[in-house]
Amino acid sequence: MFLNTLLLALREIRRNLMRSFLTILGIVIGVAAVITMVTLGNGATRAVAEQISSLGSNLLILRPGQRLGPGRDGVSVPRFRIADAEAISAQIASLQAVAPVVNSGATLVAGNENWSSAINGTTNDYLVAGNWTLATGRPFSEDEEKLGRAVCIIGETVRAKLFSQQNPIGSPLRVKNFSCEIIGLLASKGQGAMGMDQDDMVMIPIRTAQRRFTGNQNVSTIMVSMKDGADSARVIAQIGDLMRERRKLADHEEDNFNIQDTKQIAQTLSGAIGTLTTMFGAVAAVSLLVGGIGIMNIMLVSVTERTREIGIRLAIGALEHEVLLQFLIEAVALSAFGGLVGIILALIACPFLANLMQVPFLFDPSINFLSFGFSAAIGVIFGYMPARKAASLDPIEALRHE
Amino acid sequence: MSVSEAPTDMDNAEGGVAPTGTAAFLIEFQGITKTYGQGQTAFLALRGVDLRIRPGEFLAIMGPSGSGKSTAMNILGCLDTPSAGAYLFQGTHVEHLDRNQRALLRRHYLGFVFQGFNLLARTSAQENVELPLLYRGEAPEKRHQAARAALALVGLSGWEHHTSAELSGGQQQRVAIARAIVTQPLVLLADEPTGNLDSKRSHEIMELLVRLNQEQQITVLMVTHEPDMAKYANRIVHFVDGVVSSDSGEETPACS
Ligand SMILES: Nc1ncnc2c1ncn2[C@@H]1O[C@H](COP(=O)(O)OP(=O)(O)O)[C@@H](O)[C@H]1O
Ligand SMILES: [Mg+2]
Repeated sequence: MFLNTLLLALREIRRNLMRSFLTILGIVIGVAAVITMVTLGNGATRAVAEQISSLGSNLLILRPGQRLGPGRDGVSVPRFRIADAEAISAQIASLQAVAPVVNSGATLVAGNENWSSAINGTTNDYLVAGNWTLATGRPFSEDEEKLGRAVCIIGETVRAKLFSQQNPIGSPLRVKNFSCEIIGLLASKGQGAMGMDQDDMVMIPIRTAQRRFTGNQNVSTIMVSMKDGADSARVIAQIGDLMRERRKLADHEEDNFNIQDTKQIAQTLSGAIGTLTTMFGAVAAVSLLVGGIGIMNIMLVSVTERTREIGIRLAIGALEHEVLLQFLIEAVALSAFGGLVGIILALIACPFLANLMQVPFLFDPSINFLSFGFSAAIGVIFGYMPARKAASLDPIEALRHE
Repeated sequence: MSVSEAPTDMDNAEGGVAPTGTAAFLIEFQGITKTYGQGQTAFLALRGVDLRIRPGEFLAIMGPSGSGKSTAMNILGCLDTPSAGAYLFQGTHVEHLDRNQRALLRRHYLGFVFQGFNLLARTSAQENVELPLLYRGEAPEKRHQAARAALALVGLSGWEHHTSAELSGGQQQRVAIARAIVTQPLVLLADEPTGNLDSKRSHEIMELLVRLNQEQQITVLMVTHEPDMAKYANRIVHFVDGVVSSDSGEETPACS
C-alpha cells in the first residue's frame, strides 16, 4: 500500500515538474545558505583558534600611546627603550620572556633573488614569546645581541623565496644596505589567520636594527610572555605601575602607553566570530524557514488546484489516509530532494568561498545532517497541513469544486 | 491495518447475509430522506424514497431539475449518507457506514461516471484507468493488462497513451467508463453521463452502457433528463420534489 502511494506521489511530482521545481527552490537556497554560513564560520573560528595557539600562551604587548593603533598620540609620546624591557624582566615575577622589538621592513637580496620582508630587531626572548622554534642553526649569541652583530635568523618564506632548495645557514643575506650572515632558520608556522604569512620575516639583534635602520634607541613594542598560570591582570597592573614610575607620570596623568593581552584579544575576536557565525546561521535558518513556508503555500495552492482530483480519487475509493499519505510523501520527497541539492550546492560553494576568504574548509557533517533533517521536517510539517485539508474533503464537495 | 482488514469484514458481512436468501435485491432504499442544512435553512431534498433494484437492471432516473436525482444518486453510490431511512446493499445495511467503510465499498463494488468526465489532467488514458486498481493494490502487470482490456472494451484500443487534453469529449467519457468498470464493479453509477456530449456521441455512450449491462452483467444506474437516453434503460424512475412519482416497473426483472 505504501509503495503504491509512493508511486502516486512520485507520479504527481513528475507530472508537475515546474511546480515541483519552484517548490524546492526555497529549500535548496535555505539549506545551501545555512551550510555555507556555518561551514565558513567554523573555518574562520578555526583560523582564529590556530592563531591564538601560534601566538604563544599568555602574551602581553606593550606599545607607546594611550590607545591601540597608530596615529592618535602623535610622535610626542615617549617611546620605550631596551632598558624598559630589562627593568620588566628584572622586577616583575612569573614572566617567561621579555622581548623588545624594533619593527621595520626591507628588501632582501641573496644571489640573483630579492624579496621584501618584515625585519624584526629583537632578542632571543622573541623566540619564546612568539612560540618559535629553530628548524636549523642557532639563536643569537650573547655577544651578537650586545654588540649588534650582522647576523640574522630567517623565516621559512624568506628561505623559500631566496634560497629555493639549498641550506641557507652561513650564507650572506643583504638586508637593505648591509650584509649579514644567516645563522638560523625558523620552523614554519604556516599561514596565520586571514592570510597573514607569519613566516615572511627576518630576525636580527635589536641593537643591529637600531644602529643600521632606525638610528635611535627607540623600541617599537615590548613582548612579554608570562608563565603558564600567571595572573595576567596582576602582571598587567605591575607592569603598568613600573612603566608609570619609569616614565615619571604624576598621579593625575593618564597612561601614555598601553598593554594588550593578546590572548584576550584573540578570545574576544573568536567570540565575535562565533557570534557572527551564529547570527548568519540564524539568518540562513530563517531563509530555510521561508523556503518551508513556500512549500506550504505551493502545497496549499496545489490542494485547491487539485480539489477535483482529490474528489475523483476519493470517489473511486481512495481512503482519507491514503490521500494524506500521498501528499505527505510528495512534500517530504520534494523537501528532502531540495535538501540534498542544497547540500551539494553548499559543498561545491564552500571550498571555493573558503579559499577566497582564506579560511580553512572544515566539512561539518552535523550541520549537513541537521539542515537535511530540518528540510525533511519542514516537508512533513508543511506538507501535513495541506494534506489534511485535502484528505478531509467530502468527495461530493470536492467533485463539485470549480 | 484497518484498510486491509475492512474489505474482509465487508465480505464476511455479505457472506453472512447472502445465504439467507433475503438479498434478492441488489439495492434497497427504505424511506430514505436527505436534509441539507439545519434549522431555518434546512432543505428536504429527499422525502422518503423507496426503491428496490435487482442485479442486472439498467435503471434510468428522470425528473425535473432540483427534484433530488443527484442526491439520490450520491446516496446510492455511497458518496453520501441519508439523513434517515435504511439502505441495504446486497442485504447489508450500509446507511451508517463511516467515511472509510464507504470508500472501501466504492472501491470494491461501485464504479462512477460523471457528467464532467473527471479524468486526471496531464495523465494518460492508461494511467487514469489504472488508478482504481492502484488503490486496490493490484500488481503492475495486472494493472496494465486490466486497463488495456477495459480501454479495448470501450473501443479505445490504441489511445492508451493520450492525455485527456488529446481526446474528444466522447472519448474522455469512454475513458471514464473504462475507469469505472476496470474493477469489475457490481454497479455502474452515471449522473448525466451524456450531459456534456452532442447527440451522436450520446447515443454511442448509451450503446456502450447497454453493452456493458448485457455482456458484463453490470447493474447500471443512470440519471438523465433526456427521454431519448432514458429509452436505452429497461426501467425508468421519475423523481418529483424528492419522492418517486412513477416507476416503470419494479417487478419486471431486467435480464430475464
Ligand atoms: N449540498 C447541498 N446543500 C444544500 N442543498 C443542496 C445540496 N445539494 C443539493 N441541494 C438541493 O437539493 C435539491 C436537490 O438537488 P439535486 O439532487 O442536485 O437535484 P437534481 O440532481 O435532481 O437536479 C436542490 O434543490 C438543491 O438545491
Ligand atoms: Mg443533478
